[in-house]
Amino acid sequence: MNTETRSEQFQPPSLLGNLLRKLHIDIPLFIGLFLTSLLSFAILYSAGSQDMDILSRQAARIGLAFLLMTVLAHIDPYQLKRYSVVLFGLGIILLVAVLIMGQIGKGAQRWLDIGFFRFQPSEMIKITTPMMIAWYLADHPLPPKVKQLFIATILIFVPTLLIAKQPDLGTALLVASSGAGVLFFAGLSWRFLLAISATLAALTPILWHYMRGYQRDRVLTFFNPEADPLGRGYHIIQSKIAIGSGGIYGKGWLGSTQSELDFLPESSTDFIFAVFAEEFGLFGCLGLLILYLLIIVRCLYIASQAQDTYSRLLASSLAFTFFVYVFVNIGMVIGILPVVGVPLPLISYGGTSIVTLLAGFGILMSIHTHKKFLPI
Amino acid sequence: MSRNYSVKDNTVENRLFINRIVAAFIIIILLTAGLIVRLMYLQIVGHEHYSSLAKDNSIKIVPLVPNRGIIYDRRGKILAENMPSYSLELIPEKIPDLNDTLLRLQKLLEISDEKIELYQKLRKRQKRFTSTPLLLNMNNEELAKFAVARPFFPGVDIQTRLVRHYPYSDLSAHVIGYVSRINEAELKELPIAEYRGSTHIGKLGIESSYETQLHGKTGYAEIETNVQARLLNTINEKTPDPGANLYLTLDIDLQKTAYDALGSFNGAVVAIDIKTGGVLVFVSRPGFDPNPFVVGIANDAYQALQSSDNQPLYNRALRGLYPPGSTIKPFIALAGLEYDAISPQKAILCPGYYQLPGVSHQYRDWKKGGHGSVSLNKAITESCDVYFYRLAAALGIDHMHSFLQKFGFGEKSGIDLVGEKSGLLPSREWKSARKNQAWYPGETIITGIGQGYLQVSPLQLARATATLANRGNVVTPFLVDKIVTAQTTFPGPETHQQIIPLKPDNIDTIVAAMVNVVHSARGTAKRINQDISYQIAGKTGTAQVLGIKQNAKYNENEIDIKFRDHALFISFAPADDPKIAVAVVVENGGHGGSVAAPIAGQVIKQFLQENNEH
Repeated sequence: MNTETRSEQFQPPSLLGNLLRKLHIDIPLFIGLFLTSLLSFAILYSAGSQDMDILSRQAARIGLAFLLMTVLAHIDPYQLKRYSVVLFGLGIILLVAVLIMGQIGKGAQRWLDIGFFRFQPSEMIKITTPMMIAWYLADHPLPPKVKQLFIATILIFVPTLLIAKQPDLGTALLVASSGAGVLFFAGLSWRFLLAISATLAALTPILWHYMRGYQRDRVLTFFNPEADPLGRGYHIIQSKIAIGSGGIYGKGWLGSTQSELDFLPESSTDFIFAVFAEEFGLFGCLGLLILYLLIIVRCLYIASQAQDTYSRLLASSLAFTFFVYVFVNIGMVIGILPVVGVPLPLISYGGTSIVTLLAGFGILMSIHTHKKFLPI
Repeated sequence: MSRNYSVKDNTVENRLFINRIVAAFIIIILLTAGLIVRLMYLQIVGHEHYSSLAKDNSIKIVPLVPNRGIIYDRRGKILAENMPSYSLELIPEKIPDLNDTLLRLQKLLEISDEKIELYQKLRKRQKRFTSTPLLLNMNNEELAKFAVARPFFPGVDIQTRLVRHYPYSDLSAHVIGYVSRINEAELKELPIAEYRGSTHIGKLGIESSYETQLHGKTGYAEIETNVQARLLNTINEKTPDPGANLYLTLDIDLQKTAYDALGSFNGAVVAIDIKTGGVLVFVSRPGFDPNPFVVGIANDAYQALQSSDNQPLYNRALRGLYPPGSTIKPFIALAGLEYDAISPQKAILCPGYYQLPGVSHQYRDWKKGGHGSVSLNKAITESCDVYFYRLAAALGIDHMHSFLQKFGFGEKSGIDLVGEKSGLLPSREWKSARKNQAWYPGETIITGIGQGYLQVSPLQLARATATLANRGNVVTPFLVDKIVTAQTTFPGPETHQQIIPLKPDNIDTIVAAMVNVVHSARGTAKRINQDISYQIAGKTGTAQVLGIKQNAKYNENEIDIKFRDHALFISFAPADDPKIAVAVVVENGGHGGSVAAPIAGQVIKQFLQENNEH
């Protein structure tokens, strides 16, 4: 009988390492996340016009996020699996509650006010959707059959539509891709994947019909930003100028003229990558992408080492969703994707997304540090 | 068929999963490569192009905000205009010691700590080189004081901007509404290009319902700036289209007469030009001063308005719902004639109460001992309740409902203001749907004298009265007469023509009775028939229950005043050739004849005098 965990075979000698291991922290992943967070402060300091208030608020948020990550790393994945359905159901109920309250209060509504803090159910559902799908598929033989595919698709569509109705296209996209990620890693045949993509493409006109005016504007502007220089096109034009003018080596830290002169809107939030690219140039961008890739590779490695189907599917989907985050944000800032409100993960200012992201990494760490036996 | 699908094959699944991990990794690498290619394109190939755009002399597109349209009354008096306003603004970058400067300014101009705090908050959200206001709406004294001390305050300057101003303040607040800062929720829904550079948006009243027309079309200028964001040269310019001017049907002098006539009472007065449907008077008292809302009302001032017992923010004319009381009687009587439930000649005996057959409950008349023998004319003139209890019982709720509906009760009038309430015209269907109960005969009886579930707004009362005066040609009230842009003039909202089929004799009977209300010795509104050369047709009303007061906060020591009856009066004049219809509701005013009717009398008098001269 061997109940030792695998990582115990490679005990790091240092005191810190020992402590982190006791905390169920995965060291390589932790280092990657920590470095990215540090980078976030550096860029925010520049993009937010050296405002210390912004930095301290971001620090508080990141601190809370790391705390939540540590807590989740402690919870056995077996427990997570047990509560997947309950948590998913709760998330859906909260989404509906938000929607109803939104209808009463008019206009967009994403928050639930619970006394002293505001809570965004759509953030929670980003994690509970892949949990739910993984839970559902784990007990069936893989690859999933048509029936399972059908049910899983419905399970993905419900939260996605509820969020899209808020309306929050960016988050809806991320929730959908986290669920679809599970299906992909469960081994859904390529033919099905093609068929689904084709169906989605066919559904686009319907989606278009349900989009609000400003959402349509964003998509139209994406195809022709110069047509609307004062409106939506402004973001994309200015962000391309900022990135392009950064060149290979960049203008140096605090050297961004475009955000400093107020040419670039939302420079601390969704468009922070433009500031980064202007200051650190192509080399900086490559460095940042490599940092992201290292985090993703470590996550995929954790997934590949996971011991049960549920953990594998969940871990790999969380890793993949993290990449979707990076890709969609950078893609929209450099003008190859339409502008949907997705922040640059771990770096953009504000939002509760950073807390959710680190919660996801907490689950990955839990999966990696709670192995009951060695794989055969 | 084999049923092996429930068996999990771990080896196959492991292989499949590892394959997928590899596939995902490849996809991720490919997509990342795509990003890198695009970045290389922007940062290497496009570098020179974008650098020149970003460098020292940059081209910046600045929005040119259109001037908001002016709102006039029917005689061209200005109800909403744009006034230059002076604000004290600071550019932090150019100020050597900001805290010291703020302290000295505070001393010089006696600025409150609250305003300094507000400024600090605002400043932190802006770039160091942007001009941020510390004081808005400076008065002459402040301007003079600062002008003298100006050399000692580098980086501090006076800026002029246009601020919306409402010269008639609380008199017109409930009609015109106000503009206020665009909030985050509105920002999401607004066409972003149209509102770039705009700071304010119409929140209520005409300012809100005609926002698009009043706002105008934003233009832009392409300007060349240097690194300090200083303007060097304007390259290209598209001038903004100013907002359209609105000419209302409202008569602000008449509005003032009505407002003043209400005195210290809360209430509403609505007057409609019968021939067109144009609203002449739209008073809800108390009003409020909309001007602080434009610059941003202080929190405690807003709280005071919100929590005031008089509810000044409440638009009583548009949204206040009251039981119509006896003012409903002319319409019920007309229904009785149209459905042949009564004849004008036949009189009944009023003993002072009415009983449903087989029920002991007595529905009492307002007059103890009763009115004796009562014909239709007398029933309206003296407002006999028993006559209408009997008529209601004869008509039944279904007939009353369908007849009153034609006069616009229970539905929105369609006036060009947002937030109108539709009131409540009860029916069997409504009661079973909303209360899941059957309709009781007793409820029919009290509906006949305008009590029970029936709820109407002052605007609805005025509209129904105008429609009656217009002999069944339905009047649709509206406020905007003309929309005038630089190029053309548009008419106000379209009104659709609808006619209620009514027998002329029946209308004449009702009008004659309503004239008696004012002009006969026993009429309930006889005190307003002095010194007039024309005839007024009217009907008084007294509403027992408190409509909007029910949800007001409890206030025990004032309970007697709060529970006093609402006084109502509807009227039109001249009776033989109706021009104006007026509805008056005086909250807790007691009796319609003594309090509400004189207000209508004054409005009618002034309107007819002014319109005969022209």
